[in-house]
Amino acid sequence: MSGIQRHRHGHAGAPPHRHPPQPDLEDAPYTDCMAMTDAVAGLLIKKKVFTAGELRRMVEIIDSKSPAAGGKLVARAWVDKAFKKRLLKNVNAAAAEFDIDAGPIPIRCVENTAKIHNVIVCTLCSCYPRLLIGLPPDWYKSRAYRSRTIREPRAVLREFGTEIADGVEVRVHDSTADLRYMVLPMRPKGSERLDEKALAKLVTRDSMIGVTRLEDR
Amino acid sequence: MTARFAVGDKVRVRRAYPPGHLRTPCFIRGKPGRVTQVIGAYANPEELAYGRKGLPKRSLYWVQFRQTDLWPDYAGGAGDTAVVDVYEHWLEPAAARTRK
Amino acid sequence: MRRHHDMGGLAAGPVEISEHDYAPWEKRVDAIMRLLSDNKRRLLRVDELRRGIEDLGPGAYDQLSYYERWISSITNILIEKGVITVDELGRAIEDAKAHRREAHP
Repeated sequence: MSGIQRHRHGHAGAPPHRHPPQPDLEDAPYTDCMAMTDAVAGLLIKKKVFTAGELRRMVEIIDSKSPAAGGKLVARAWVDKAFKKRLLKNVNAAAAEFDIDAGPIPIRCVENTAKIHNVIVCTLCSCYPRLLIGLPPDWYKSRAYRSRTIREPRAVLREFGTEIADGVEVRVHDSTADLRYMVLPMRPKGSERLDEKALAKLVTRDSMIGVTRLEDR
Repeated sequence: MTARFAVGDKVRVRRAYPPGHLRTPCFIRGKPGRVTQVIGAYANPEELAYGRKGLPKRSLYWVQFRQTDLWPDYAGGAGDTAVVDVYEHWLEPAAARTRK
Repeated sequence: MRRHHDMGGLAAGPVEISEHDYAPWEKRVDAIMRLLSDNKRRLLRVDELRRGIEDLGPGAYDQLSYYERWISSITNILIEKGVITVDELGRAIEDAKAHRREAHP
């Protein structure tokens, strides 16, 4: 069966494509798990484990994270060799240079080159650098992605419209332990004239997972 | 604490299938690989999962596997690899005999 | 003896490249986990969350969505640790449902 027809995502600034449309939240059924969430939150607040304010603020923090943070780091790495070295050594410290709090869990960056194409998966549970680039897409957490990417990465990449030449090593990282991973995608050809801010806008979430490359201009 | 293995070492993931919370996926067990990085020392997640401290810390490594070693029918590039974070107690030197 | 969540290398169909906006309740679950596991509280570790999810068993694992698995695991472990009791949780869930019915008749 051929891969699902996929609309190419444009620049990071373009509105993301979503299927299917989200129903109004009021119409959504109130499931057992939703009730359990409210119940647990209420109990923990009552027991002063945290306050309602802390919970609200944490949701705001979650909402504030987006791939744009990763885009900034990638763009800087493209134009500044010394920064790239620091990024490849320790993403959290590199993010702090931008006043971005990427959290306590160590994030590592792996670099795509003409010889190596990296792609990230967590076969055991869906680990993802959420505190840097926000919540992962559903497909990253799916059974199909978690099972197949480690075993047939080129076929999975093809479903995303990405073809890697035979002579290039496809390297799959399975984040099984305390580290999270992001990919430093290759800078697209034809972007030489762009300033750092414009470069950052080129970087997509999917290119930092490694399922796509950034298109040459 | 000193790491048992160094970058470049050829290792084999132990072949064992205990129950419990493990972070060594089945697809690498019993497989040969090469240490490409010594990441650091971390508390053992197998113990942390049950509210215990997981000490002493274990060394964690990047172990690189040839895809053709992992999957008998691997259809991708011959140079393709997989890199997995593996804890020291799951590794033995590649030269060690595996029990039949 | 491969456990159900250990799925690397198993056969599966095409990747369904779709995504949904995270619902508010899902972000709440994530927020609850981050607070419980932070340095101030240290009530739950991510390793415990994972273990709890893995122990839900194959049926629940497949039927529940990602954050449904999270809240199920979090709840079980909080009960295990005595942070909340089954009795008060049962009452709180019924209260939540009643509250919801009143708000959305």
